[in-house]
Amino acid sequence: MIGEFMPTFFEKKQLVTPGELLAEGDYLPGENTYVEAGKIFASRIGLVDSDNKKVNVVALRAFYVPKMGDIIIGTVTEVGFNGWTVNIKAPYTAMLRASDVLARPFKPQNDELSQVLTAGDLIVAKIASFDRAHDPQLTVGEPGLGKITRGQILHVTPTKIPRIIGRKGSMISMIKQETNCQIILGLNGVILVTGKALEDEELAIFVIRKIEEESHTSGLTDRITQLLKEKKQVKVEEKVE
Amino acid sequence: MNEKQEKLIDKKGIRLDGRKADELRPVKLQVGVLGNADGSAYIEHGKNKILAAAFGPREVHPKHLMQADRMVLKVRYHMAPFSVQERKSPAPSRREVELSKVIKESLEPALFLELYPRTGVDVFIEVLQADGGTRCAAITAAALAIADAGVPMRDLVVGCAAGKVDDTVVLDLYDAEDKLGAADVPVAYMPSLNAITLLQMDGILDPEEFEKAVNMAMEGCKKIYDMQKEALKTKYMVVKEVEE
Repeated sequence: MIGEFMPTFFEKKQLVTPGELLAEGDYLPGENTYVEAGKIFASRIGLVDSDNKKVNVVALRAFYVPKMGDIIIGTVTEVGFNGWTVNIKAPYTAMLRASDVLARPFKPQNDELSQVLTAGDLIVAKIASFDRAHDPQLTVGEPGLGKITRGQILHVTPTKIPRIIGRKGSMISMIKQETNCQIILGLNGVILVTGKALEDEELAIFVIRKIEEESHTSGLTDRITQLLKEKKQVKVEEKVE
Repeated sequence: MNEKQEKLIDKKGIRLDGRKADELRPVKLQVGVLGNADGSAYIEHGKNKILAAAFGPREVHPKHLMQADRMVLKVRYHMAPFSVQERKSPAPSRREVELSKVIKESLEPALFLELYPRTGVDVFIEVLQADGGTRCAAITAAALAIADAGVPMRDLVVGCAAGKVDDTVVLDLYDAEDKLGAADVPVAYMPSLNAITLLQMDGILDPEEFEKAVNMAMEGCKKIYDMQKEALKTKYMVVKEVEE
C-alpha cells in the first residue's frame, strides 16, 4: 500500500516553533509550513492543526501581506503629484491614484489633491493590484470604501481577523447585531467600529478585544453571545434604576 | 606561555571556571523583552549579556540597498562601551563590522528571502557584557528575535563554539580560554535541518581535533536549541493557557 507509513509529529493545537518537524509522507503543506526533503516543517510560531491531509500552523505572530481584493484600512501619509501614499501596516506602502478617487480624468491645474484627502486621513480601501515587482495599488471606487469620517479605530494582529469574522461570518454578524454597530474589518489588522452611541462602540471594542485574547478557545461565539447579553442586561437594569 | 596554558585545565580535567571539557556555560534566554521592536530576545550565556531586536519586514533604507527579487537582512552587531573591562569606543570597530557580516550570513539561510522582495529585516544586536563567544550567543538571540517578529523561518539558528585548550578539545570557550587557548571554532547550526550556517576557525587544529571540535559544537548547539524553543514557547504559552 502506498503511503502506509505516514507519521505526524504533533498533537492537535500543539504550540510549535519554526523548524519543528510536523509530518512526513503523504501530507500537504498548509499555512506557515514548508517542505524540505519530503518532510513538513513549521515556519512560524503557532498552533498546528491538520485538515484532512493538509497541515496548517495558525501563526501567533505574523504580519500583513497585501493580496488583491483585500479590504484594508490605511492612513494617508503623503499627498503626491497624482495620488496619495498610504500606510497599510504592511511591508509595502500602498498608492492611491487621484483618478481613482475623483472618478474622472485628473488635471493637476484644476484639482487640489490635499482638499480631497490629506496626510493623516484614514481610508477604507481595496487592494486593486499587487505583485512581486510593484507596490500595492488601492481603489476606493466601490460602495463602502473611501474616507473614514467617524467611528473608532483599533488594531489587532492580522492573524486574528479570521477569528473575529468567525465561521461564515457568524461571529462578526452577531456582534454587529447585538451592539448596533457598523464594523469594518481591515484584513491588515485595523478595525473600524461606528455606532450610534458611544457605549455601543465601546461594547463592540470590548468584545473584539476579548476575542483577540481568547482566539484559540473553542465555542467562543457562544461565549461571546452570552457575554454580550449579560452586558446588555446590566445596562438595561442601570437604566431602570 | 607554557606555564599559563597549564593553568587552564587541572589534572582532573576541570577548567578554570569549574566546567568539564564538554560542559556548556549556564544559558538563560528570554523572548519579547523590548516593547518598541517587532521582535526581541535577551540572552545570558555565561557572563555574556546580549540584547537582540528585530524589525520588519519593512521598507529598506537607504533605498539603494533594496533588492528587486528578495528581502535584505541587515545586521548590526555592537558592543556597549561598558561591555568590556577597558572602555570600548562606541564607534563601530573593524571587528564589529566583520561580525555583523558574519552573523548576517549565518542567519540568512534560515529566512525565506525570496518571499518578500523589496523589503528588509533589520536586526540590532547590543552586547551589554562580553565574556568570549559573543558572536555565537548573538546568533542565538538574533534568531529568536526574528522568530518573535513573525518572520517565517526554516529553523531557529543556534550558535556555539568549541576549541582547544591545553591540548584538549573543549566546548564553549570563555574569554580567558579564548585568549590563552590554542584554537576557537565558532559554529552556527540549524538543528532540525542538520545544516551548518557558520563555521570559522581561529588558531591551529589538526584534522581529527577539528572534526571533534565541530561535532562538540554541534552537540552544544542542540542543547541550546532546546532552551531556545522553550524560551520562544514561554512567551506565547500565556496565550495558549487560556485554552486549557
